[in-house]
Amino acid sequence: MMAMMKSVSSINLSQDFSALGGSCQTIRTFAYCPMSRANPSPISFTHASLRISRCSASVLSVTMEEEKEQAFDAGKAALLVKELRKSFNSGKTKSYEWRAAQLQSISKMIDEREKEIVQALQLDLSKPELEAFVSEISMTKSSCQKALKDLKHWMAPEKVNTSITTYPSSAEIVSEPFGVVLIISTWNYPFLLSLDPVIGAIAAGNAIVLKPSEIAPATSSLLARLLSEYVDRSIISVVEGAVPETSALLDQKWDKIFYTGSTRVGYIVMAAAAKHLTPVVLELGGKCPAIVDSNVDLKVAARRMLAGKWVCNNGQACIAIDYIVTTKSFAPKLVDALQLALEEFFGKNPLESQDMSRIVNLYHFKRLAKLLDEDGTSDKIVLGGQRDENNLRIAPTILLDVPEDSLIMREEIFGPLLPILTVDDIEDSFHIINSKPKPLAAYLFSDNDGLQKQFVQNISAGGMLINDTVLHLTVPTLPFGGVGESGMGAYHGKFSFDAFSHKKGVLYRSFKGDATTRYPPYTPEKQRLLKALLSGNIIGIILALLGWSKE
Amino acid sequence: MVGWKQVLLYMNIPSKRSKRTQTCLSQFFERDMELENEVVEEMERELEEMRECYRSGRTREASWRKSQLNGLLQLLREREEEIFRALHQDLGKHPVEAYRDEIGSLIKSVNYALDGLLRWMSGNKAKLPRIALLSTAEIVPEPLGLVLIISSWNFPIGLSLEPLIGALAAGNAVVLKPSELAPECSSLLANAIPRYLDYKAVKVIQGGPGTGERLLHWKWDKIFFTGSARIGRRVLAAAAEHLTPVTLELGGKCPAVIDTLSSSFDRKVAVQRVLGAKFTFSAGQVCIGVDYVLVEKKFSSTLVELMKVEMKKMLGENPRESRTVSRIVNKHHFLRLQSLLLDPLVKSSIVHGGLMDEENLFIEPTILMDPPLQAAIMKDEIFGPLLPIVTLNKIEDSIEFINSRPKPLAIYVFTKDESLGRSMVSKTSSGSVVFNDTIIQYLADALPFGGIGESGMGKYHGKFSFDTFSHNKAVLRRSFLVDFWFRFPPWNDDKLQLFRSSYCYDYLGIVLTVLGLKRTNGVSKRD
Repeated sequence: MMAMMKSVSSINLSQDFSALGGSCQTIRTFAYCPMSRANPSPISFTHASLRISRCSASVLSVTMEEEKEQAFDAGKAALLVKELRKSFNSGKTKSYEWRAAQLQSISKMIDEREKEIVQALQLDLSKPELEAFVSEISMTKSSCQKALKDLKHWMAPEKVNTSITTYPSSAEIVSEPFGVVLIISTWNYPFLLSLDPVIGAIAAGNAIVLKPSEIAPATSSLLARLLSEYVDRSIISVVEGAVPETSALLDQKWDKIFYTGSTRVGYIVMAAAAKHLTPVVLELGGKCPAIVDSNVDLKVAARRMLAGKWVCNNGQACIAIDYIVTTKSFAPKLVDALQLALEEFFGKNPLESQDMSRIVNLYHFKRLAKLLDEDGTSDKIVLGGQRDENNLRIAPTILLDVPEDSLIMREEIFGPLLPILTVDDIEDSFHIINSKPKPLAAYLFSDNDGLQKQFVQNISAGGMLINDTVLHLTVPTLPFGGVGESGMGAYHGKFSFDAFSHKKGVLYRSFKGDATTRYPPYTPEKQRLLKALLSGNIIGIILALLGWSKE
Repeated sequence: MVGWKQVLLYMNIPSKRSKRTQTCLSQFFERDMELENEVVEEMERELEEMRECYRSGRTREASWRKSQLNGLLQLLREREEEIFRALHQDLGKHPVEAYRDEIGSLIKSVNYALDGLLRWMSGNKAKLPRIALLSTAEIVPEPLGLVLIISSWNFPIGLSLEPLIGALAAGNAVVLKPSELAPECSSLLANAIPRYLDYKAVKVIQGGPGTGERLLHWKWDKIFFTGSARIGRRVLAAAAEHLTPVTLELGGKCPAVIDTLSSSFDRKVAVQRVLGAKFTFSAGQVCIGVDYVLVEKKFSSTLVELMKVEMKKMLGENPRESRTVSRIVNKHHFLRLQSLLLDPLVKSSIVHGGLMDEENLFIEPTILMDPPLQAAIMKDEIFGPLLPIVTLNKIEDSIEFINSRPKPLAIYVFTKDESLGRSMVSKTSSGSVVFNDTIIQYLADALPFGGIGESGMGKYHGKFSFDTFSHNKAVLRRSFLVDFWFRFPPWNDDKLQLFRSSYCYDYLGIVLTVLGLKRTNGVSKRD
């Protein structure tokens, strides 16, 4: 198993979107998408035979041949969207029953297949079982439960008050599904970040194509397998693949695109969406800062900082702390406290710890190594710095006072390196943060109410959390999403439902109650009456009707 | 104002242009760009100053927002006559129409925003589960920064200032680019706005497509665009360069479905409201105007007769003289509308009107019965005083008819049949649905106004305008006191069990596990 994991990761070196060499990967895509069932090709494989074929070289060569014919190109993608649109137009996704049944199935799937999910995450990221359970499985489950619990309520039209201007009338806001939506997810939380938006899209009644990340291949193929087994395949489809498959998908006309990933690809997604006037939600990242004031309970604060860095997929999380800003005098104490907590959590030799995820692949390992090795940065390491390239592990590393123009301070780190910047006054930290693009999350550790208030007022970020890290993500009553370079649109809880719903204003009028003022021929009296009506001025209306004017 | 007629030409090129016009256009475009180059540095400096002004934080203050909204109110009151005049010059709009659709509805919106401002700004507390002890959560709306509003010529004042109200209420610095196709209104706004609003944070930039292009490629924190789907795509593509969120208010072919109404009163009201929407709002040059009517075959002749009667009452014997119908905005659009009628099959379907006066850019309110569905008049958004009536065997067929076309900004349904009403809401998709009336949804502050699919994205009006120009920031506060020890590694099975309980909000389970009374289960031992 270990050997296989390595081979998979070593294929994924070149870049974020590197094509997966495993040809069964591509074939598997077709075994699960509806259109290949509709037109079975002469050499199509069943799920079972594919799984058997996975490690068999002789079958692999046959599948290589097949791949050329079956490549998921724009034509295939168009066909898939067409099929899904047809199913969507049948109207079955609009019923509460259909949506609830899908959500229940997903919930059941999580319960029944927990072991397989944990295993896939172990393969893709060496994610510790408990972390996998807490941050992926439970989060997805609770998001599913929340949707199930509130779905009826979310779906109900919202009655709104109408004004005297449109009197007599009644009005409501009806949530309707967008139609066929594309969800592209990412590799760091490959299970959660795939299913969480899917749950929202189902709750809102959309037809869905999910494209999981090829950089977490085990989870990607598990999702393809599980979803085809548990949910309505005519409405929800998984397409696996890398750049060519993603481009083929992006060429299609979608009614909404939900993308989680890097800012770089975010640009590409939005440009593709522009061609078809498709609205997008972009969940990107950014350099999330944590400001640490000197008046904090350092032991608790340090643990919480760790929870927002190394316990968070080893820093490979979009809301993980990217860098810390603290005062010059407090920095040594902070470093000591972090070191203590690190030892407590991961032992003396963190490279050996099973309680921390590894770096996802060699490409990212090398990227992180480059950040560390830059001149002017490498000598700022005060803790850690050890690496094990074979096992893709980097020890928790703290750097003090790296130059502001260094690579590590310009790029999103997305890994176990934590630079600490120091300032004379803690308020100066606002300048540092505001001089960078708006982050997805900003953290403050401080007992000072005044500073807390200033922080909320002066710093723009997707979300902020005071005296803790990451937890805001778990609160379904808070919108989760970025601003500026960290993304657009929000989800979680009801916000997920809203992200995948169009809010249709519906106004009901009776045939009665028309003011003749509305129609020509226009007279000065009509103008007066209109003025009164539009300003909601009752006296004015009466005066105008009586033929008087205030003016 | 150099050559704004050429600008018009450029902006309104039909999708298939001849080679010759294309070269003309590109020549013009280059000239336009050259002109721009002289002022472009100035413009860039001004925008940088605006950003600086935004960073200073003054636009965030409630007092600033209030004073801007009050300034807008004062502008509308004091400049009423000028606005009437400009609208008449640009579009031949009657003052009553101008007041009803632009000044009046703006005053209403500013008052609504002033009334709601402090409430909107204060954000919302968010509920937390009990397990999140000693924590508070709230959603804090914050301004997005420097935003760009590009408006359109058909309601040149209303569609410029309506989004401006939202942008100011949300505390943004704003650049407004009015449409050069309504030049009088554009220059009126450019002159008046700096006198009534904070000129350091709110600016009007006038100009043609060259200016528009340049503005689009600048980095904004939000772009709000009202106009055609064709330009909308370009706006979105430009916004993608900087990951700028966009609201697009576009148009589409909005149908009016008229059921076979039995009462003569209802029929009359329905006809009045449809005609009102078609001919008395900027002569049908409105994104939420009625584009065409769907009706049952057996009711169609009755409907047409009724329309003729009501049109006479509204517009008089000779609509051209009555001055109640706005003119067509420019020659290009006049020719475009004229060409819609060129097809002999379309021409022969005219049952009323059809008169065209090129010199005065006037088109007589025109009704067509069953023009061919593949003709341009039934494919493109009409945006003018031509009203095709399409007959169906059953009124229920209208749902399929509508669904086989791009999603419109609005669907109007005149019926007393509740089941038809229900299926119209649940089986079609559109920006909004209005029963037994037209246009009036524009005035309902409590309803979101905005399209879906080809008719746009994002929504505004009332509180939605505020939200469109705000980022809802999630803020969670924790105390240092409570931490569940099972949050942190090293991991073991007891911790896993505790997480299981806490995610289910199973408080008893937590207590039992902590006391060691509950066995951990479902955990595979790690080797």
